[in-house]
Amino acid sequence: MRRSIAQRFAQALIVLTGVVLITFVMLRIVPGNPIETMMGEHADAATVARMTAELGLDQPLYRQFLRYIAAAVSGDFGTSYSLGKPVSQLIRSAFVNTLILALFAALFAWTLGIACGLVCAVGKNRLPDRLFMGFSLLGISLPVFMAAMFLQYLFAFKLKSFPISGTDSWRGFVLPAVALGWNSAGQVAQMTRSSLLEALEEDYIETARAKGLGRFGVLMRHALRNAMLPVLTMMTVQFSSLLSGAVITETVFSINGVGRLMVQAIAGRDIPLLQGTSLLATSVVILGSLLADCLYAVLDPRIRKEG
Amino acid sequence: MPGRKRERLENAADLRLQSQLGEEERFWDLMRRMARENKTAVFSFVLIVLMVLAAVLAPFLTPYDENSMDLLHRLSAPSAAHLLGTDEGGRDELTRLLYGARVSLLIGVVPALLSLLLGSLLGVIAGYRGGIVDTLIMRTADVTLAFPSMLLAMVIMYSLGGGIVNVFLTLTLVSWANVARVVRAQTLKLKNSEFVEAARVIGVSKDKIMRRHILPNCLPTLLVLFTLNIPASILTESSLSFLGLGIQPPNASWGLMINTGRQYLYSAPWLCFAPGAAIMLIVLAFNFLGNGLLDVLDPRQKKQ
Repeated sequence: MRRSIAQRFAQALIVLTGVVLITFVMLRIVPGNPIETMMGEHADAATVARMTAELGLDQPLYRQFLRYIAAAVSGDFGTSYSLGKPVSQLIRSAFVNTLILALFAALFAWTLGIACGLVCAVGKNRLPDRLFMGFSLLGISLPVFMAAMFLQYLFAFKLKSFPISGTDSWRGFVLPAVALGWNSAGQVAQMTRSSLLEALEEDYIETARAKGLGRFGVLMRHALRNAMLPVLTMMTVQFSSLLSGAVITETVFSINGVGRLMVQAIAGRDIPLLQGTSLLATSVVILGSLLADCLYAVLDPRIRKEG
Repeated sequence: MPGRKRERLENAADLRLQSQLGEEERFWDLMRRMARENKTAVFSFVLIVLMVLAAVLAPFLTPYDENSMDLLHRLSAPSAAHLLGTDEGGRDELTRLLYGARVSLLIGVVPALLSLLLGSLLGVIAGYRGGIVDTLIMRTADVTLAFPSMLLAMVIMYSLGGGIVNVFLTLTLVSWANVARVVRAQTLKLKNSEFVEAARVIGVSKDKIMRRHILPNCLPTLLVLFTLNIPASILTESSLSFLGLGIQPPNASWGLMINTGRQYLYSAPWLCFAPGAAIMLIVLAFNFLGNGLLDVLDPRQKKQ
């Protein structure tokens, strides 16, 4: 197992390098000198030339790339054009907010999703099952921005039970987290349901029943434990969609997170900031899927023992 | 598209192969079976047809003009004259919704088609040629899939700039990788089947085998991918336009309508919620149809 994990790790590193390369090339084929854009109409040619040389923008692309990688390894992602601060510092403070938001969203999605999936599987095709499954479909097809605006309209504007925007207290995180987690909740619920229904058909369930274990005991100790495996791995992969959604939720609720930083970077044509934020987001996703693979290997004895 | 659906599609290739060796099920038989077994899919199909008709026939369905302003009736609430109210320029919201459907449907279909072409081409080449070509194509696909789709779309839109053609390109670049993976998996299985072997033995060229024998056998899978890529494209575009990065005015997709309506969320909520509901409906319909097709193609793993 150790070898396959090492293999996956190497693969992740290759993908990560590819990500840096693609964003790097992508962002530098934009027409126009970024320095001129940054300094506006009043830039004089001498200053532009000096700044361009200082930032190494006059060198060939592959040199710039190697320089970026070398600096990035030591934690230096350059200085933001539009905000004038080191990118690493900007990202660090924004990342905390995004992390809290994502964790709240995940907590909401997983508790609701697993609970609903459990209820549905136990009472298959009964009223609560149909109701919840219809609801989960709604969750999956509801775009994040619609969920966010609907919650903002109903609970912040009409009912005034939560703040419209900002994160001064934990209450500010509730609506964004629910909006962000809504989608995942639907997916987790469907996955839990189908996985649990599959597990309940297995022979070991009958054995457990035959041994005289109660309905609840069978469900919790045997069926659910086995059914959770695919659900668990799906959860770690969901980081990806949570991050995509965070861009929207943070914009709607004015939360200073990584997603909003990205939108700001685009508005300000701020290449270092955009590069840094997309690199961070993608690393988190790659790390997430790596974690999912490891988790699967650790939890599933069939893979663990394969050596 | 969630990885699980992709896995199912890759496995479905297996099934097609088996059924090919035994009694072959024709395409229309598959469709007929779906129509019989899956009422939701049929209903979704009808809904999609209706929406397309509404978009095409928009000028005949509404007495109002898409762009003519009526400043005396700005932001008026839904009424008998304006079923969904009016927007900040006094334009009839329902009319804008009908015309917006043209843009949004186009944005669903065109990139889905383009990514199908690009993805299946690269997938079949990767699978059939193997070696370094395969590694190169599939690693690129891995990298593409590692990006959260929204972020990749944002980065590409940034470097290409706004506008509808660039939106098509961006959405294609975001979604080709899934297609390539599925088609490659299917090609690998077909490559070793007897009829491909036979073609090879009688001296048919590699290109011709790919074109005449492998790609046609991927068609049912491609149809599922196409159907599932449409709602994904619509969703990504509406998110992009919501952030102001996608379609540029005067073209109005549903996403852009929500973007402009957002300023009036508290005074005229229908400007956001009407196009939002339209997006949800179309996404839901395409997803139901896609899942129905998937179930017909891969009945072994049909959802309970």
